Amino acid sequence: MIMMNLYTRRRIINAAGLVISVLAMAFGLFWLCWILWTLLEHGLPALTPMVFAQMTPPPGSSGGLLNAIAGSLMMTLVGTLIGTPIGILAGTYLAEFGQRGWLAPITRFINDVLLSAPSIVIGLFVYEVYVVHVKHFSGWAGALALAIIVIPIVIRTTENMLRLVPTTLREAAAALGAPQWKIINFITLRAARAGIITGVMLAIARISGETAPLLFTALNNQFWNSNMDQPMANLPVVIFQFAMSPYEDWQKLAWAGALLITLSVLTLNILARVLFRQKAASH
Amino acid sequence: MPTFLREASLKRHTVLDLLFRNLTRVSAFGVLALLMAIIVSLIIGSMPAIRAFGFGFLASSDWDPVSDQFGALIPIVGTLVTSAIALTIAIPVSFGIAIFLTELSPRLLRRPLGVAIELLAGIPSIIYGMWGLFVFAPLFADHVEPWVNDHIGAMPYIGPFFSGPPMGIGVLTAGIILAIMVIPFIASVMRDVFEVVPTLLKESAYGLGATTWEVMWKVVLPYTRIGVVGGIMLGLGRALGETMAVTFVIGNAHELGKSLLMPGNSIASALANEFTEAYGELYTSALIELGLILFFITFVVLSLARYMLYKLGKREGQAA
Repeated sequence: MIMMNLYTRRRIINAAGLVISVLAMAFGLFWLCWILWTLLEHGLPALTPMVFAQMTPPPGSSGGLLNAIAGSLMMTLVGTLIGTPIGILAGTYLAEFGQRGWLAPITRFINDVLLSAPSIVIGLFVYEVYVVHVKHFSGWAGALALAIIVIPIVIRTTENMLRLVPTTLREAAAALGAPQWKIINFITLRAARAGIITGVMLAIARISGETAPLLFTALNNQFWNSNMDQPMANLPVVIFQFAMSPYEDWQKLAWAGALLITLSVLTLNILARVLFRQKAASH
Repeated sequence: MPTFLREASLKRHTVLDLLFRNLTRVSAFGVLALLMAIIVSLIIGSMPAIRAFGFGFLASSDWDPVSDQFGALIPIVGTLVTSAIALTIAIPVSFGIAIFLTELSPRLLRRPLGVAIELLAGIPSIIYGMWGLFVFAPLFADHVEPWVNDHIGAMPYIGPFFSGPPMGIGVLTAGIILAIMVIPFIASVMRDVFEVVPTLLKESAYGLGATTWEVMWKVVLPYTRIGVVGGIMLGLGRALGETMAVTFVIGNAHELGKSLLMPGNSIASALANEFTEAYGELYTSALIELGLILFFITFVVLSLARYMLYKLGKREGQAA
């Protein structure tokens, strides 16, 4: 009788635990669906062709987000172009030369910490070392802050992907007499290319939604500006400013911008996964 | 190839090797230099405030730009309290999600569901903020907070923390939205560490007649304890430094209220709101010192997280 009770109790605990686990999963998906639904509900009606054709409006009148979209694209591009080469080189060092010495383990550790460091502090840092000295906010400062966020992400994926390349491949090239720089540049980095591109795409996805580091660096600009040395409009900061405003037109534009950013970030995320999976499957 | 040509080529490659190796080394060193530069520049930037207020800055709840009196207590408490609320909600939910993804989910759904949870992590924080302010906060104010006031607010001891005007925005709302944001981070680390548990170990437990719940609770969790704590710390690091989502919904009031329903402030949201409008050296410097404190706290938390995850990884290497 006692055995029976114990058995039933264990089964009940098990069932309850598993039900809670399913509920937790549903809880997680619930927020994702709700947020996406809200974005579509508010963003789609606001997403008119005007959004892509006109500049950000003064308070109380209608307009578009053209200058903000252009500014975001430019800063994201420059940030990625600065951050990616440094990230790939440092990641290569960690994977290929990092077996001995003190530099590699410490760099790896610091890099993992920087990977999740608060992005607003990165903004403060760029403000301190760049904006204060040139005495004005600028697109360059924004791009620099974004590059600092890109670097740790690219380092991490580059190192991970290079480690997946079989050592026999390196040994085969070395046996043919190839010097090390050639082995790394033409054999291992090429073999790891798909993974590294995935990492760069994830980094772009991450920085295209970043707001905090741009607040003190690129600031904002109400007008069209393609000069990176001037304050620059960008989607996240415009969304922040417009969403917090009392004007209905501005709030509408904020929703349109929010939908745009989310769609591009999610598309990049999914694309990166699909690309990497195809490559992994073909091996 | 004549000998002298071969030697020349060998020499050229030796030089190129050296160049390439040092180029990568300099880049790696750049990461260390970056960290140093961040710390040094923040310290230099906050020097005026450090000189003016000393350690009293940490314990003072003043925040008066007009008379140049600043203290970090309110933002620090706000940061810690919102993060604590977030973890209280996120830890059990993430554990449930990780169990679902590793043990319960049909094989076909495992990948898409895992990706869906990771997408939740990909949504930019400003979107969480907007959604929180325009959608979540009004519903919370109309339907949840009155109930919280009537039921939990009336309880002894914990009551005062849960009573206040139902405004929708406030410390509790910020904590809940932070929880939604860190769930995917904690859940995916938990899933990853659960997956490294040797199948043999789990099958032995199942073979002895253990239920799925018992296998998770008594075999998998003890085996991966360090990694799970590491994942939680990683989520905590995220929650502490999160800026935009919190800025939208916390209310940005420099007040140290007892109630979680009242508006408050966090370090990151104070920076986001006030930095570009700060006038005077001391005001700016006090804000930079807040940034320094935030960086210090997250640095310690994240270092601990990484240390624990490394430790789990090492043990796994020994077992294999």
